[in-house]
Amino acid sequence: MSEDRGILRSIWDGKIPVCFTLSQDEIIAEKPEPIYQMVPRITYFPLVTEKISKHLAQYIDKEKQGEMWLECDGVPIKWHYPIGVLYDLLGSSGSLPWKLTVHFQDFPDDEIMHCLSRDVVESHFMSTLKEADALKHRCNVINGMQKKDHKQMWTGLCHDKFDQFWPINKRLMEHTGDDLFKYIPFRIYQNDLPFIQKLFKPQSEEGHEHTLDDLLKFAVPELMESTDNTIFIHGIEVPLHSPLLWLSEHFSYPDNFLHICITQISTQESSKEW
Amino acid sequence: MSTEQGNESKTEATAVGRDDTAGTSAEMKEPTSPTVNKLKVDVLLKPAGDAPIMKKKKWAVERHKKVAYIADFIKKFIKMDMGESLFLYVNQSFSPALDTEVGCVYDCFGSDGKLVLHYCKSQAWG
Repeated sequence: MSEDRGILRSIWDGKIPVCFTLSQDEIIAEKPEPIYQMVPRITYFPLVTEKISKHLAQYIDKEKQGEMWLECDGVPIKWHYPIGVLYDLLGSSGSLPWKLTVHFQDFPDDEIMHCLSRDVVESHFMSTLKEADALKHRCNVINGMQKKDHKQMWTGLCHDKFDQFWPINKRLMEHTGDDLFKYIPFRIYQNDLPFIQKLFKPQSEEGHEHTLDDLLKFAVPELMESTDNTIFIHGIEVPLHSPLLWLSEHFSYPDNFLHICITQISTQESSKEW
Repeated sequence: MSTEQGNESKTEATAVGRDDTAGTSAEMKEPTSPTVNKLKVDVLLKPAGDAPIMKKKKWAVERHKKVAYIADFIKKFIKMDMGESLFLYVNQSFSPALDTEVGCVYDCFGSDGKLVLHYCKSQAWG
């Protein structure tokens, strides 16, 4: 891959200010102050909310305490999506900090998955990483790594250590032989719809480099006819003529997927500042 | 999931074969390709590790169903407790998230007109 370390670093460092407030209905006596925290876009909520959960749990009825979950304007937060994706989808229309409500009761089983430990996040992350490599290199690169390399990527993500994560990740971003990536690992999100994921090559049959525009016209043709949509990756309005392979190498989340959020213009006026 | 239990017998009855696509819909006329817009996809379920074999392996599953639906379906079929964990694998390497749509997994990892999923009671790969 081409070396654009500064860009990789900036993407890695993207953060969102979040305000965590305990659900009004679950407070038993004294009301706790909201908690403010800068959270990395690239990580997952269960990796950054352990202390918050411990602190706020002091203010609720212990007998009714279940698994913690987060809510944004009535929508339960899917912990297995990277935080940046969730913000671009759910939060970017509001003001900052991003206001989330913390719950310990009435877990919405049918809407979000359980996450009782960090191990659950780790196996989800590793699985997604493998899926991405299955698309790029038929799993050849990830399977050729040692267990300790996998661990190093995971701990790099957990501890927000760019220099620990990227030396290993770089191998997943390389092209094997004279092949580019076989397919570009991408997911397209719109509101609360299930994400779209299809097979799409970095180049056309004729050898032309595909752009983000080509991908979107292939995957969501009906949306591309409308001009009311904004395309976000990491909160950035990416130019549609950007080469897709370059985006895959530089704008993918740590799970090696390019997570693309499409929002309606009317709902994200204030997001320009981010 | 409980509301969907009633659909299972239908799934079983219509499973497999060439007539399981969209019934009489016009989409039947489209040429067969991995991304053809069928309403159902064929899923082949294979046991791994100590998981029991399912007598009927091939099932037609609606595209918009979630992976969790298949996991619950297998659990019931092989008479596992709903509280027990079941692991599903694609390409014998990774587990799709339980809320992923089956059609989506099929589009990316199906081959020869079907999606092969391995199931097991303990973590088999990765």
